Amino acid sequence: MSTSGSLPDVLAPRSRAPGLLAVTVVLMVLPVFLPNAFYLDVAIRIAINAVLAITLNLLIGYTGQISLGHAGFVGLGAYGSAILTSRWDIHPGLALVVSAIAAGVLAWVIAGLILRFKGHYLAMATLGLGIIISIVITNETVWTGGPDGMSVGDFVMFGWQPSGERQWYWIFAALLVVTIVLAQNLVDSPAGRALQALHGSEVAARAMGIDTASFKTRVFVLSASYAAIIGSLSAHYLGFITPGIAAFPHSVELVTMVVVGGMASVWGAVFGAVLLSLLPQVLASFEGWETIAFGVILVVTMIFLPRGIVPSLAGLFRRPEG
Amino acid sequence: MLKVSHLSKSFGGVHAIEDVSFEIPRGGVYAVIGPNGAGKTTLFNLITGLYVPSAGSISLAGEEISGISSNILASRGLSRTFQNLQVCMNLSAVENVMVGAHLNLNSSLLAGMIRAPGLRQSDRACRMKAAELLTFVGCKKFVAADASAMPYGALKRLEIARALAMEPKLLLLDEPAAGLNHTETHEIEELIVRLAKSGITVVLVEHDMRLVMSISERILVLDHGKRLAEGTPDEIRINRDVIAAYLGSEVGET
Repeated sequence: MSTSGSLPDVLAPRSRAPGLLAVTVVLMVLPVFLPNAFYLDVAIRIAINAVLAITLNLLIGYTGQISLGHAGFVGLGAYGSAILTSRWDIHPGLALVVSAIAAGVLAWVIAGLILRFKGHYLAMATLGLGIIISIVITNETVWTGGPDGMSVGDFVMFGWQPSGERQWYWIFAALLVVTIVLAQNLVDSPAGRALQALHGSEVAARAMGIDTASFKTRVFVLSASYAAIIGSLSAHYLGFITPGIAAFPHSVELVTMVVVGGMASVWGAVFGAVLLSLLPQVLASFEGWETIAFGVILVVTMIFLPRGIVPSLAGLFRRPEG
Repeated sequence: MLKVSHLSKSFGGVHAIEDVSFEIPRGGVYAVIGPNGAGKTTLFNLITGLYVPSAGSISLAGEEISGISSNILASRGLSRTFQNLQVCMNLSAVENVMVGAHLNLNSSLLAGMIRAPGLRQSDRACRMKAAELLTFVGCKKFVAADASAMPYGALKRLEIARALAMEPKLLLLDEPAAGLNHTETHEIEELIVRLAKSGITVVLVEHDMRLVMSISERILVLDHGKRLAEGTPDEIRINRDVIAAYLGSEVGET
């Protein structure tokens, strides 16, 4: 029996401070090294993707529920904000909240129907959901401007109207750090363990008193609402959105970030987002060969680091267990 | 403690359990035995809410529980281990055990995300208790291990630790000694005896006759889904039907 209130060394979860500190420092000094707005824009897109990949990883990596329709919820948030602010003249902050709630309610209603599926069937069902959202956005031309897209007004928050890449950079950088902290907290909490347990063994999770259906629904709603919030903010940042934001390729892109970066790893999702957002930029000089180079890099990564980059490398460096 | 009356379960035309009745007294070890395919695991799955009975009733401490889903049964103090391991390989050993304490912790997603006040302390206490339980079942050296790095015998005990984290009144062990060698079986035997002494009612499905005979207070024998016999180990040992079922019907003087 333990005598003191502190945990023995072997039991204490690995400290999260160094990683967080490192990413915060990088995000703080990064703007100094970015020469112009183009690079800042790339950094912002990476941060957006990283946050989305983290929320998707909660669903796919930790809970084991595959979603191929995540971009649909991003699109709901983006178009929700765009339509509410421009057509109804609603305050952008309120529009963001309303869109997030709408995405959450949709996810909650849909969850009862599709989360009883597993594996390929769940992937198909979420794929269908994403495509339906995408089709609605493309076809409801009166509301959304159809394939031509629509412009989005400025965001206003507590009387502050962020403008320009530099100000938006700080918003998304802060959002990324907050999301990392929230996700890490969740993973290391009773709720997070329940999610991972139902991934590991659903029958055991139920026998331990975990209401698996309820947890699946709740994490689905959480990731959908979070995606919608990011969608709203990025719509305001971009100033102009097209249905592509909700489309299937965007969903696949997000899933790829999770799988390549690392399933069930918050840092993996961040790393995947950085890699998959940067690679196309770096490879742009290959002129026409960049998609092939891109594909080769992904395939090679998955062959040699099958669990994703971060978990596979972490596994290599961890001391062998006795 | 647990009363089963006229319980039946059929899958299509197959009668896995047919009109089985028995009563498990509070405290001690109660064993369920029978040849392969006798319906032992089906009986377990009925009691723990994985299957819904075709007929009959199951009552736990006087309350009807048949047809209630397993996560609700857990809150009534019923815990179990599995014949084919159901350990969460994506979690560490300690985390697996902590999952067993799920019902005693604040499991709100939001509270987890913002690390609500009190959550840190309760989680820390839970982690310590999980480590103690791992030590209790004899997995001390795996306290810091990932479940995926543990050997089979240790995983069997990890499941018991997880089931104990729930602080159950009734614990169902589905073949805890299956696949274990002599030493490991002996250790499991001592562990079960200690569990029963601590006041938990243990229900045991097991093939190892020596184990069953030495630690059980009462034994239920199933054959082809029917109740063949019920009684103390000494009664079972000399029961002609039981001997016939195990050794073949044309038994002479053995």
